[in-house]
Parts: sequence; C-alpha cells; structure tokens
Amino acid sequence: MSAPSDTDQRSWWRRNQMRAAPWLFLAPGIAFFALYVVFPIFQSFQISLYRWDGLGEARYIGLRNYEDLFDDPAFYTSLWNNVRWLVLYLLAIPGGLFIALFLNQQVRGIRLYKSLFFFPFVISQVVVGLVFAWFYNPSIGLFNPLIGLFGFSPMNVLGNPNTVTYGIIAAGLWPQVAYCMILYLTGLNAVDPEQVEAARLDGAKGWPMLWYVILPQLRPATFIAVVVTVIGALRSFDMISVMTNGGPFGSSRVLAYYMFEVSLSEYGFRMGYGAAIAVILFLIMLVYIAFFLWRMWREERGY
Amino acid sequence: MFPTPVEKRSAAIQASYKALLPLALILWLLPLLMVALFSIKPDSDFTQGNLWGLPSSFAGFENYTRVFTDSAMPRYLLNSVFITVPTVIGAVALSCMTGFALGVYRFRSNIWIFFMFVAGNFVPFQILMVPVRDLTLNMGLYDTRLGLVLFHIAFQTGFCTLFMRNFIRALPRELIEAARVEGVSEIRIFWYVVLPLMRPAIAALSVLIFTFIWNDYFWAVVLTQGVETQPVTAGITAFNSQFRAAYHMMSAGSIIAALPPVMMFFLMQKHFIAGLTLGAVK
Repeated sequence: MSAPSDTDQRSWWRRNQMRAAPWLFLAPGIAFFALYVVFPIFQSFQISLYRWDGLGEARYIGLRNYEDLFDDPAFYTSLWNNVRWLVLYLLAIPGGLFIALFLNQQVRGIRLYKSLFFFPFVISQVVVGLVFAWFYNPSIGLFNPLIGLFGFSPMNVLGNPNTVTYGIIAAGLWPQVAYCMILYLTGLNAVDPEQVEAARLDGAKGWPMLWYVILPQLRPATFIAVVVTVIGALRSFDMISVMTNGGPFGSSRVLAYYMFEVSLSEYGFRMGYGAAIAVILFLIMLVYIAFFLWRMWREERGY
Repeated sequence: MFPTPVEKRSAAIQASYKALLPLALILWLLPLLMVALFSIKPDSDFTQGNLWGLPSSFAGFENYTRVFTDSAMPRYLLNSVFITVPTVIGAVALSCMTGFALGVYRFRSNIWIFFMFVAGNFVPFQILMVPVRDLTLNMGLYDTRLGLVLFHIAFQTGFCTLFMRNFIRALPRELIEAARVEGVSEIRIFWYVVLPLMRPAIAALSVLIFTFIWNDYFWAVVLTQGVETQPVTAGITAFNSQFRAAYHMMSAGSIIAALPPVMMFFLMQKHFIAGLTLGAVK
C-alpha cells in the first residue's frame, strides 16, 4: 500500500493503470451491450406479465399471458414446427460433411468449386426464400418438372399445410449445409496425415476410417456446426416471413414468427403476449447457451 | 488426406470425378440458376410459356437497368450501405477494446463478462424485440438508420468480442510483457503493440459483420418502415409488390439485392473463411 503522497493524475494512472485499464477498455462495449441486449432480456420477462398494446397504459395481469398461451392452438403449431426445424435442420451437419468429403480433393479448379458450393450461405435468407418460393411455384418453378422426372405428380409445396414447413426447411438447409461444409473443409485440412496413413496401413478405409479416425479429429468442427445449426433453426424467421407469412392458415409458423405476428402485425399489438412467447423461446435457447458456456468454461480452466 | 486423393486412383475414377463436379454444382445451384435465367428473359417469354428454355432475346441489360431506373432499389441499396458500414466500424472498434481487455488482463470478473458477451450473442432476437423497439421509439430514433445502426453495433459486439478475445489470447504474451517492462503505458500498448497485430482479425470480422448486417431482415422490419430508411432486404418486398408477377424483374431485383455480400465474399474470401471457421480447428 503506497501512501497517496502526490495527487498528480499522471502518477495515479501510472500506479493504477493495470487495474483501471481493463475497465476503461470495457466501458463502451459493456454500456452498449447492457443497454441493448442485457436489460431488454429482463424487460421482456417483465412485459410478459402485462397486457400492453405498446402505446397505452400497461396492465399487470400476472401469469395470464402464459395461461392463454397454453390454450392457444397456434402456439402448439408453432412449437411443433420449431421441433421439426430443430430436428431436420441438423441434417445440415451430415450434409455438409458429405459435400466436404466430396470436395476435399486437389484437382484443377477445386478452389472455385468450393467457393461456389459455399456461396448460398453468403446470400441473404430473404433472397434464398424468394428463390425457393419461385422454385416451388407450381406455375413457373422447376421443382415440379424435376420431381416429375422421378414419377411424382406435381404439388404445391408452399400451399399445402402438410408440406409447407418441410419446403421451407429444405430451403433453409441450403445455406446451412454450405456453412457446415466450409467448417468441415477447414477441419479436414487439419486432419493429421500421419494418423490417416497409419490407419491405412492397418487396413482401415471407407466407413470405419471415417468413423474411427477422421470424425474424432473433426470434433471441434462438429461442435461448432451443431451450435450454429441449432441457433439457426431456432432463429428461423426471414424465410417464413418471405415465403409464406406463416401460412397457409398459420401452418408454417414457428415461435419466432408467431411472436412477431402477435406483437407487431395487423392482428393487433399484443406486446405482453408476444413477450411471453419470446420468453418461452428464450428458455429453450437457454439450454443450448448453458451447454455452450459450460463447455467453454471447461476449456478455459485449461489456461 | 481423406478421402483418398483421386490422383492415386484409376484413370476412370479420376475422369468420372472431374465429370461429376460440374454436374453436382449445377444441381446444387439449380434454384439460383433458374432465377438468374429468369432475370435475363424478356417479359414475353413468361406469357408464351417459354419458362426454362433459352431466352428468346437477351433482355438482361434492359431488366437490370430497369431495376435501377424504375424502382426505389438504388435508395434501398444506399440505405443498406449507410446501415452496414457504420455498424462494421462501430462493432469492430468496440470489440477491439473489449477483446483486448478480456484477452490481456487477469481479473476476477473477466470470465463472467466474457460469458455475458458470448451468451448475449446467442439470444433469440425476439426476446429483445419489444424492449428494443420501445427504447428506440423513446430515443426518437424509430424509423431512422441511426436507430438501427446503434442496435446492430451493440448486438454484434457480443460475437465480435468472442472473436477478438480468442484471437488476442493466441498472441504471444511476451510482446506485451516486454513493453510493460519498458514502461510503456497500457493505452500505448493497446495502440502500438496489440492493434497492429490484430489486422487479420479486424479484416476477417469486418467482412463477416458486413455480410451479417447487409443480410439482416428482422431488425430492419422491426425498427424501420419506409423507403427513406429501409435496407434492401426489407425493400425487396416492396419492390416485389411493385412488379407483382413480373418474374423477370423480381429475379433481377433479387440478384441485385444479394450481390454486394457475394462480391465481398469473392474479393475477401481468405478473410471471410478464416473468420467463419475460427475454432473449427484445434
């Protein structure tokens, strides 16, 4: 402990800069993040206990919004669609791995092929949604003639409540597979060639090679692929909004879309009810966030 | 190398692999190729039922010119630029500082602050929507580009901090220690020692954030309304209702809207992929 004999600011800074500097650097970032991300999460929890149209007086109604939610068939449709998104979206991971294995060669022009396979990911989901909506369109789209080649009769994918969600998920998989592919291509680059050679000498090839030698080395890539795919699935909003507006008859809604619809669409501004849906969505996501942080924390202890 | 390099396989396999590549690519990009084909067709092809055949005449030039002259598309594109560029600068600047603070200093709450940024970055947008919209309204920034930019900066700081902090962790600590021994102040260490080493991370993040923000749709519809403020992702809806059922025009418009991030990707591919796959390799 040194006595504060001189009050010269410069020397105060000299003595304390190791402790003060991190906070100085963190201040603007934390302030922004707290204002726009951290506080709003708690506010949403609070708003979900009110009936509020976004303008007038908010009225406290306790858990009524949640009670209403459990009697709301649209909520169950959305939740069920979210489950479908979550499960089917994970197909992006084996899909991406498959394309990555297919492209992991060194022939002429392969770099360009890799880029072109990847680039659906770079296009905005809005445009991907439009492109697929036209692709499925029964009067102008290539989808029906294409399935016709395999003997299927033409269908209106986005107009049928039984197929619409699968149609949108397939469109969503397109960029997501590209993303997983690039993760795996990077991972494959780092696979230890000596281990592969050693395994080859032991007679490993094909499936066993992939399963016992390659995949364990791709674990970091797989982990990230799972995280981004799960989050992508729960965030699905853009495509639904662009391709179907949740229809037909609300059959393609997911929680993220339904929340937006009740809060901000022409059906009335039910902010409290919307916030309650958002809270449910948040709690689902929290499971994954907790899992991710726990894994990160385990790794950090290694430092 | 896995799978076995084709060079080591028979000539037949090599040849079929090389033949399969373009076929697979065409199949993969088929929906997009269809739209690209639409965008260079004249209107008459659609009424005469010539949908997927060759265009009866090349109307690409005409269609794409009309996107710029007959619609609000230029305005939307400009809005997108004015939303995206300040966000990239702001988020990268903030996260250089937060990443430095969390990557270099050891203090008790370090890991918790870091986790706050990481967790916030994964949060579903909907949990933020009502309060952020309300906050933006109260600040008088609803339906302004600034309102959207401020939110984007704040939200992207989460991901950027994760990225920057991990990057700085991997830098050699000796450099910083040596500078401290020399008596260089912490601020100067940040500016003259660490920041120059962060250039690759800054480049990678900038390209990524550019793409993320350019492609944002949700916040654009939540926080902005009209042609004066909305970016192109939201504007394309208005564009499509203007050219309802004119598929050649809607196709051309969509391609224009999608193009800037695509160009960014092809120009800065190395940085883009480095950023995206951070952590995919150990």
